[in-house]
Amino acid sequence: MTIAVLQFPGSNCDQDAFQLFASGLGLPTRFVWHKDRKLGDADMVVVPGGFSYGDYLRCGAIARFSPIMGAVREHAERGGLVLGICNGFQILCEAGMLPGALIRNNSLEYRCMTCDLAVEDAGRAFNTRTVGRRIRMPIGHGEGNYRIDDAGLERLQTNRQVILRYVDNPNGSLGSIAGIRNEEGNVFGMMPHPDRAFERFHPSRDGLRVARAVLSLRFPDILKESA
Amino acid sequence: MKRADLPPNPDPVLNQPITPELVKKHGLLPEEYDQVRLHLGREATLTELGIFSVMWSEHCSYKNTRPLLKGFPTEKKGATENFGRVLVKAGEENAGIIDIGDGWAIAFKIESHNHPSAIEPFEGAATGVGGIIRDIFTMGARPVLLTNSLRFGELDSPVTKRLLRGVVAGIAHYGNCVGVPTVAGDVYFDRSYEGNPLVNALCLGTLRHDQIRLGKATGLGNPVYYVGAATGRDGLGGAAFASKELSAESSSDRPAVQKGDPFMEKLLIEACLEMMAVPGLVVGIQDMGAAGLTCSTCETASRGGAGIEIELDRVPQREAGMNSYEIMLSESQERMLVIVRKGREREIEEVFAKWDLHAAHVGTVTDTGRMVVTQHGTVVADIPASALTDNAPVYQREARRPAYLDETSRWTPEAARLPDLDAQGAAQALPRLLSHPTIASKRWVYRQYDHMVQHGTVVLPGSDAGVVRLRLGTSEKFIAIKNDCNGRYCYLNPRRGAQIAMVECLRNLVCAGATPLAMTDNLNFGNPYKPENFYQLKECVAGLAETCRHFDVPVVGGNVSLYNESPEGAIDPTPTVSVVGFIEKEAHITRQFARQAGSRLVLLGGAPNELGGSQFLGLIHGKKTGDAPAVDFDAEKRLQDFILAEIRAGRVGAAHDLSEGGLLVAISEMLFGAVSLGAAIDLTGFAPQRLDALLFGESQGRVLLCVPAGDVPQILSSARAAGVPADGIGTVTPEATLSVLTARGPLGWSVSVLRTAWETSIESAMKRPGLG
Repeated sequence: MTIAVLQFPGSNCDQDAFQLFASGLGLPTRFVWHKDRKLGDADMVVVPGGFSYGDYLRCGAIARFSPIMGAVREHAERGGLVLGICNGFQILCEAGMLPGALIRNNSLEYRCMTCDLAVEDAGRAFNTRTVGRRIRMPIGHGEGNYRIDDAGLERLQTNRQVILRYVDNPNGSLGSIAGIRNEEGNVFGMMPHPDRAFERFHPSRDGLRVARAVLSLRFPDILKESA
Repeated sequence: MKRADLPPNPDPVLNQPITPELVKKHGLLPEEYDQVRLHLGREATLTELGIFSVMWSEHCSYKNTRPLLKGFPTEKKGATENFGRVLVKAGEENAGIIDIGDGWAIAFKIESHNHPSAIEPFEGAATGVGGIIRDIFTMGARPVLLTNSLRFGELDSPVTKRLLRGVVAGIAHYGNCVGVPTVAGDVYFDRSYEGNPLVNALCLGTLRHDQIRLGKATGLGNPVYYVGAATGRDGLGGAAFASKELSAESSSDRPAVQKGDPFMEKLLIEACLEMMAVPGLVVGIQDMGAAGLTCSTCETASRGGAGIEIELDRVPQREAGMNSYEIMLSESQERMLVIVRKGREREIEEVFAKWDLHAAHVGTVTDTGRMVVTQHGTVVADIPASALTDNAPVYQREARRPAYLDETSRWTPEAARLPDLDAQGAAQALPRLLSHPTIASKRWVYRQYDHMVQHGTVVLPGSDAGVVRLRLGTSEKFIAIKNDCNGRYCYLNPRRGAQIAMVECLRNLVCAGATPLAMTDNLNFGNPYKPENFYQLKECVAGLAETCRHFDVPVVGGNVSLYNESPEGAIDPTPTVSVVGFIEKEAHITRQFARQAGSRLVLLGGAPNELGGSQFLGLIHGKKTGDAPAVDFDAEKRLQDFILAEIRAGRVGAAHDLSEGGLLVAISEMLFGAVSLGAAIDLTGFAPQRLDALLFGESQGRVLLCVPAGDVPQILSSARAAGVPADGIGTVTPEATLSVLTARGPLGWSVSVLRTAWETSIESAMKRPGLG
């Protein structure tokens, strides 16, 4: 199993995501430059956090046009796993690979803190059994306020696409939504950082559970390691 | 020697003769211009006058402080072959570097952006962060953490709120985007900073010894490259602007404030580190900070004992029609000067093309010792590089002890007949102190900074010191960092105030389980031409220097910011220090929060009867007076060695330094951790003394330890043997109340009431109506 971590100009959690998989889970992990057009043999693509292209326009609005995004889309259409963290979640929403959008926090301020999160039963991979009922992970973002229209929200709920909700909403997100998956269940996006929750001194090591749960869709055995 | 005049500048505007008025407008004294003429052997051109004015400003030349700074120790006596050697010393380069063992080193430095932040808080603070990050990666180091030290007027003023909001947002905007965590900081609020806030930012980076790069231009014929953002008209003469007092007209100086682009900086960091990793490619590198292209060219030439020729037509420019004066003095951000080995031009160009950045071949290293600048084929400046750097003027200013010290140093509560606290007064004073923004939780500030990116932050902001795990190749090391300076103490006793800044900073590190390694300082003072201000500066520097020597903590770099005055007067002298400590083992990392009911609280350092300079005196009695608390280096050393020994012996659950607000504030803060706890304290064992001094005095050399009950006898007896006063003063309780037995009767508070006062004070002051 190989993990590909994308690097856009302005990605700044690329090393964090890399270490979550490489040292946290001990998986073969490599970087893929945004100007590349091929992913290679990746089983999972991680779109990391940061400020791609400075995010001066709208978070993720430029990154979605990067040459590599074509390959990411094809990978997802073939059923490949994709995980977007923070800016990665914003990019996947901009690219239309996940529904909805992330706008400015309702406080109008950046928020860096550790949040309690309620895990939703969101299908085979991501659920309270694979992840646990309650987890804690840090957030660090200025634009994590999740928005979607009524019909879209309805669809999210019906299809069990919400994977994580904030216990104490830090940014004004609709329905306290902190993370979602696509309808097919192979593309995941979340504002909280599993890549800041895996070392022994981190506020929790729940990032490992999140990463394993996502990977379990293709590699069910990975859940045994956490037992 | 008389030299021929330069040909006319291509821009006719620049061909005015240099008049005394022009010299004055450039902030140079008539006798300084006489020296300029001597160095040039002719009259200066306007471009050259501009170049001299920025290079001879205090900001670049340290002309009023250089003799004082020579007193700082720059080497670590206790260094070994594999640890603690200063590899690049203070003043030699953009930042100092110190060995942390196994072939690894850290580069760190603090720098001010006070004046720009006063005028335009967001951009001023943002570009302050950008500038200090460049100072670190130009040394070859990867930036791994930021801290900042901020000073504002009292938070009840709308101006202060605007400044605080802007400065914090600016730091967040820049630091968060470049992806370097802001892991620690300090913020004080005091009237003396009204209208002249202080914004000091620190960056620390890691590197292997063989990755050290210097700002030196050497090798005849080597190409000089300009990389990064294009040059615009922003920040013209910022260094000169930073070297004068703020006035009502300062806001019209707005073009002197630069605008930052953290995205560009992020690309520049990655591209420069990638370029420096190419073996043998880079000869020298320096960022274009204050005085931009001017400073980087003449400093690299001067350090390398070489000359540099640059052609301005090749400099990437943001707008058409910029003349040589503007290009040379622009302080546009996110630019670097790089000297590479001749014949390897393609390699540097390829790296920068990958990152979509400019890499313009703008000049050549020469052997003339001169900085020669041409534009449109005409020489527009031709100056001996050393005249701008090593041979800049140096002054020994006049120092005079300020008259106010006669009154304040003699003040005592007894002589002033200050009524002591009764039980009710004490009950009210504690929540008031806890909610004063200087003491209150800074959560509103640090939750806006990304303090977790790079996933190495171990102790988050809010404890005695920030602790970070450094990932060094396949191994790891832990360091702690802390800033300190109480300007009030420095106002009341400059020498001792500076000593306190240092010893308190060291004590904070020790409480986190770290051995102090090295320091960087930011000297924030008023106009040095006023003898009283210069006295404060001189005394503070002496105080820092003797403390550094006593504790063997070398100064590896720093910054001087003078002219911190508004029409209301000078700021309190503020020699901010930042010390880095080294943590031998992860298990030694200690936080300030009590975690378990039943643990005992042990006060180290006793309870002297001092009230001078305290927050209590300021807040409850409206007085900034008295002498600063006493400092005893030997007692302090014994205390710090003892704490480290106890931490290493595994007997310390939590440790917290006593500082602003004294004993009761420190006890309360230990109870503000993740677990809801209280404490039962008995202070009747201390000798009878004033209750206000006992509860809220700020005597130095004191630390509270939280230890398992069973270890108390052992700790008390080791303390006795070590010559450290130690008293068991109480127990951590499961009920969240703080009860204190005193000679004047019992006192009690609900911890949740105290916590709310402490936690929400800044947040509610900064609340924007209608927002979540």
